[in-house]
Amino acid sequence: MQIQSMHFQARAHKALADEKLQSVMKRFGSGFVDKRAAARTELGVELFETLRTASAGIRDRGLANLDVWLRRFEEEARRRGATVLWAADGAEVRKLVLEIAARHGLKKAIKSKSMVSEEAGLNEALEGNGVTPIETDLGEYIIQLAKEPPSHIIAPAIHKDLQQVSDLFAEHHRRPRLEDIGKLTREARLMLREHFLTADLGISGGNFLIAETGSVAIVTNEGNGRMVTTMPKVHVAITGIEKVIPTLEDFATLMRVLPRSATGQAISNYVSLLTGPRAASDLDGPEHMYFILVDGGRTELVGGDMQEMLRCIRCGACMNHCPVYQTVGGHAYGWVYPGPMGSVLTPIYNGIENALDLPQAATLCGACHVACPVKIPLPELLRKLRERQMQAKLRPWSERAGFCAWAFVARRPRLYALATRIAARAMKLLGGEKGTISRLPLGSGWTLGREMPVPEGKTFRDLYAARPKRGN
Amino acid sequence: MRVGLFVTCLVDLMRPRIGFAALKLLEHAGCEVFVPSTQTCCGQPGWNSGERSSARALAEKLIGEFEACDYLVAPSGSCAGMIKTHYKDLFEGEGAWLMRADALAAKTYELTDFLANVARVQQVPGAFSGRITYHDSCSGLRELGVKAQPRALLAGMPGVRLEEMKDCEVCCGFGGTFSVKFGEVSAAMAEAKCAHIADTTAEAVVLGDLGCMLNIEGRLRRRGDSKTRVLHVAEVLAADG
Repeated sequence: MQIQSMHFQARAHKALADEKLQSVMKRFGSGFVDKRAAARTELGVELFETLRTASAGIRDRGLANLDVWLRRFEEEARRRGATVLWAADGAEVRKLVLEIAARHGLKKAIKSKSMVSEEAGLNEALEGNGVTPIETDLGEYIIQLAKEPPSHIIAPAIHKDLQQVSDLFAEHHRRPRLEDIGKLTREARLMLREHFLTADLGISGGNFLIAETGSVAIVTNEGNGRMVTTMPKVHVAITGIEKVIPTLEDFATLMRVLPRSATGQAISNYVSLLTGPRAASDLDGPEHMYFILVDGGRTELVGGDMQEMLRCIRCGACMNHCPVYQTVGGHAYGWVYPGPMGSVLTPIYNGIENALDLPQAATLCGACHVACPVKIPLPELLRKLRERQMQAKLRPWSERAGFCAWAFVARRPRLYALATRIAARAMKLLGGEKGTISRLPLGSGWTLGREMPVPEGKTFRDLYAARPKRGN
Repeated sequence: MRVGLFVTCLVDLMRPRIGFAALKLLEHAGCEVFVPSTQTCCGQPGWNSGERSSARALAEKLIGEFEACDYLVAPSGSCAGMIKTHYKDLFEGEGAWLMRADALAAKTYELTDFLANVARVQQVPGAFSGRITYHDSCSGLRELGVKAQPRALLAGMPGVRLEEMKDCEVCCGFGGTFSVKFGEVSAAMAEAKCAHIADTTAEAVVLGDLGCMLNIEGRLRRRGDSKTRVLHVAEVLAADG
């Protein structure tokens, strides 16, 4: 997928001016947040917090010996008849999938949601090489029709409202326009049914790879994942190498926090564990099963000071709880992953210089950190990226000079007292009778949408020094 | 006990009365208050922006100024949070400085946290009366667990009626330099906060961090609300009748 993350400012501006998007985002704001909160309360806050700690520990255990667990996974998956392939980047993912399609003569691919295939821009590659990709997750199906990228990792069409979906379906399905969500969903099922029955390739993502059994775990709500992975002749599961966890026991623990953090469900409608292709005694299942395990920048995080990011289990809680995401939506972030996790991953996977705004586009409020089911310190990781930008001289010189000047003055109390004495008076004068400044020199970003209240006029230190001493 | 009052750079420049309110509250709680005259900034702006060296220099200065006190108290969750939770990162792997930073962190408190949990104040000296709503500033809430403390202190004031707003724990959009770099997004977030304030019958929004105060007050005034007061919790707790 083409990266547009250098244009966050412009895209955020557009998002703020988009009334339709704004009304959708207002409703979104509390939906997932309230559902997660209710699920957490229902389970018991103390237990939920214990499970978060345990889940972070499980992910760290897998990551500490990532190579070992991946090799174990590969062995176990092969033993059960699957083929395990490795891809260094998106280009290799595309190449491997096209080779598989050519080897088996495959023409139509049904897909269940896979963010890694978005990273690789797989659909465009398939289309360009005679394989028709059909997204079967309802949200992905909608945005495929609209030719748009996802704006949320688990609710990819969250930016669309009912009217827009009605229009899209009427246009593409060539049927009478429907405005009832139930009827629209049934129509999508009807359209997808034929594709499920005629596709010869099924492409899925993977929520987890279980090392001890060589299985891929897929968590869905619509049942499309089951059909994608069992009906076509060939199943290809594409996922990041960091998704490997040691045992089924670990999987059970992680499943107690994943759906609750994502949608507020105690458990998703479908939880599939797929292990190898169809065996002689199986009634259904694919004839061939492939795993494509993707690096795509992940190994750069291994062993570094930002390895915690690899714990991510793609639940979406960080973006659901992010006040910036809630304000501008997912498209402003300009690549596959939006919100706090996207603001960390995008610069790491695509080059820090290709996403300069993202680590800055956060208030470091910490709402993501406390919501994260695997306790990723997202604000701290964003701050570290800011530090890397500063070290690489990727911030404007005026910003760097500003901080140095500030520190220079703030380390010299007498100079600082003088400077603040002048600033307090000058700003008060600038505010005049109104008492607020409407256009701030050097701070026009602030006064774009707000006033700047003025100082009282004298600094605390001057007033304190001049205060009447109590006699004692 | 000897308490060092870290006024914070924003209070020093913008709202000295908050500093005096904090002073009054601490003295009323029986503390011997020490206000180092050389204090300036804790280094948070540089730290949050990735400019480590300036943060480090200011942290060293602040540690030297306050480490002799029994406690460091600041009328700000974000400045107290900087000292308490982030100073250790500035001195990672350094024996002596790290020990000094850790020692100061252990005795650093946000004002209401200190009053409620250390000084165990039962009665505050203020005589404020009116309907208020409370905004939980992010750093205080999520780094230091400041949530019940200001409410408990306010509950001890007979004239105060607290009416909670929707999403009182959601960020107001300030975020330090974020408010200037992404002014439009920041103002939109402030607008959401102001709308929730307006949905209450409160005459004042009360909070514990000056950055958020300036942001919320600035947006309230721009949207034409000249009535709703924006007050620091220290001003309310120490208000003259």
